[in-house]
Amino acid sequence: MLLAVHDSVIPSVFDGTANTVAVLVLLIEFGMLRASLFRSQIRLYAVQSATVSVLAFVVAAGRNLPDLYVLAAVSFLLKAIVVPAVMLRLLRGAKTEIAGSGALGVASEVVISIVVAAFGFFAIGALGIHSSVLPTTALSLSVAVVLVAFVLMIVRRDVVSQAIGFFSLENGVSMASLVVAAGLPLIVEVAFLFDLLVAVVVFGVLIRVQSNRGKTLSTTGLDRLRG
Amino acid sequence: MTPVVLVVALLPLAAALLCLFMPRGFNEAAAVVSGVVTFAGAIILLPAVLGRTVTIAPFIRIDALSEVFLLATAFLYAIISIYTIGYFARERRDSRHSGVAAPQFNRYSRKFYVGMNIFAWSMLCAPLVNGLAFLWIAIEITTVVSALLVAIDRTAGATEAAWKYVLIASSGLGIALLATIILYYSGAQVLGTSYDLEFDSLLAAARHLPSVPVELAFGLAVVGFGTKVGLFPMHTWLPDAHSEAPTPISALLSGALLATSFYAILRFYQITVTAVGPTFPQTVLLVFGVLSLLLAALYLFGQQNIKRMLAYSSVEHMGILAIGISFGVPIAFVGVLLHVLAHAAAKGTAFMGAGVFIHKFGTKELGQIRGGLNALPWSAPLFLLAIAALGAMPPFGIFRSEFLIVAGGLSNGRNVFGAVFLVLVILAFFGLSISTTRILFLPAVGTPIARGEPSVWMVVPALVGVSALLLLGIHPPELLMALLNHGAVELQGGH
Repeated sequence: MLLAVHDSVIPSVFDGTANTVAVLVLLIEFGMLRASLFRSQIRLYAVQSATVSVLAFVVAAGRNLPDLYVLAAVSFLLKAIVVPAVMLRLLRGAKTEIAGSGALGVASEVVISIVVAAFGFFAIGALGIHSSVLPTTALSLSVAVVLVAFVLMIVRRDVVSQAIGFFSLENGVSMASLVVAAGLPLIVEVAFLFDLLVAVVVFGVLIRVQSNRGKTLSTTGLDRLRG
Repeated sequence: MTPVVLVVALLPLAAALLCLFMPRGFNEAAAVVSGVVTFAGAIILLPAVLGRTVTIAPFIRIDALSEVFLLATAFLYAIISIYTIGYFARERRDSRHSGVAAPQFNRYSRKFYVGMNIFAWSMLCAPLVNGLAFLWIAIEITTVVSALLVAIDRTAGATEAAWKYVLIASSGLGIALLATIILYYSGAQVLGTSYDLEFDSLLAAARHLPSVPVELAFGLAVVGFGTKVGLFPMHTWLPDAHSEAPTPISALLSGALLATSFYAILRFYQITVTAVGPTFPQTVLLVFGVLSLLLAALYLFGQQNIKRMLAYSSVEHMGILAIGISFGVPIAFVGVLLHVLAHAAAKGTAFMGAGVFIHKFGTKELGQIRGGLNALPWSAPLFLLAIAALGAMPPFGIFRSEFLIVAGGLSNGRNVFGAVFLVLVILAFFGLSISTTRILFLPAVGTPIARGEPSVWMVVPALVGVSALLLLGIHPPELLMALLNHGAVELQGGH
């Protein structure tokens, strides 16, 4: 927020709304760190995707970019409905409900994530990238989301959380693209989204293979290949 | 030229569809025809792109740089599709021995062929498409298809390798997408807020782009796409995926996929070098290149698994490409582009040879393969030649390309790094050759394995590969050298 105030002495209602939504996305990312049920993890992802779509909608309305309405709708449909539905369906056959404990305790994970997020936030803020569409704060926040998603993937030891970590990383990148590349042609944006869908299917197939083979969703057995 | 381009861009996809619907016996023929015709198409395109750009609006654009990568991928696709015939004949026999029902095996082989053709198609699309956005999409498709192919055997190792691969490579590509978006932002400062990321306009505007976002984008692109190239320290998925995938896929991964991802870095390099000057991008590539080369050279000693050994050799050669670009003179660029071609041929041949060894001896463990030269009258010498080529022995193509790279480094005053480069390459050569001479020349222990080749289909493509290496090393065709020179000019930023 500080940076936004610094940039334009009086932040407009638009800036305030956009920043609030962006902060929500980051907070949901932190929520994923402590969610211990697979289902709640996937639900949090759905909520996060919906929030990013709301941000796209806000930008479309506030900056008069009609393309973004379409993008907001498509991304809501895919990321807040289809992808979570696919993931939940995959879990139907799985025995376990609870994600195994991470490599660290929740408290240490959150502390590390705060440090990492702060680094991302201030590092991007210092680069002086200004956009006419959204305040720079949103870009800093999206990079923070990407970094926390990496922490999530690193500390969690089950395939579902790691996959969700990757999908939420993509949410962070989508948010960044709203800030700095809002004018990106719609066809390209939609192609990115369908690409994500293909990736989800592949992740799904591999999660299936993994759970059928090992009767578990844990990754602790995946350490044979080394050297 | 349009029909030829369309054939190259669409034939492998058509082959994949045919494999999906036609009877099983058709798969092999479809892949071979598709591979050979695609390679022929890539050769026909060669004269058309010398100093010119073939554009088919608005999605396809081919210049000398993309043609080099097209040639490498199509060549490998052609010889691997031939090799796969022999590979599957053996797999079929093995699976019958282990009691797998024929319909089950047929399903497996159909999946494999569909996947392999789509994989080749996506790798051919990457250099064909116009613009960074579509390039990213093509490379993402290569990831998802090849991850499924790595997992296709469904063993514990394959599952683990595929999971690591898809997670690490997708995250890397997430970073690469961030890089693409930030480059879009810097382009928007000049080209207006709504444009697609196509190369010509970006290159034309590159001189006026703001420097901080371009540098940020380049750094992120090297990390992001570098994950798929296999640069240290993002290489961790690479040995696992290469060792657990079926051998034809390992060869495609190593010879074509890594280079295709490097192509994406080269496109970012082209723009960055024009926008902010050579110092920044070259330093970044030098650091990643030297670290990759160092790590790979050390890991090559004491490898236990024949395919992991070749995988680390790939890390080594990708490091060499990065160092070659960092030397920043045309002669080194020519070396790098030649290296892409020669490495595709050499690594493809080496993996094909490794596949024959694995079939013959029933193990990937280097310690259990002995007396190879007696057991395999053709494949063993060809494997030896491929390893010699990978170690940059004359008269093979890699000797010529590494010579050009070092000459470029010395001519540009990078004497120290030229020397470091040589030392590390020699170290890597020792690592490779110690293991190879052991498996070939040490006498077999226990019951000797019967002398004979598993399949002639697995020998012919290796012969073609070694011949290509000899051609590139002794007397590369003039047209090809002209192509490489044009590619070097494009990399120089003199577009």
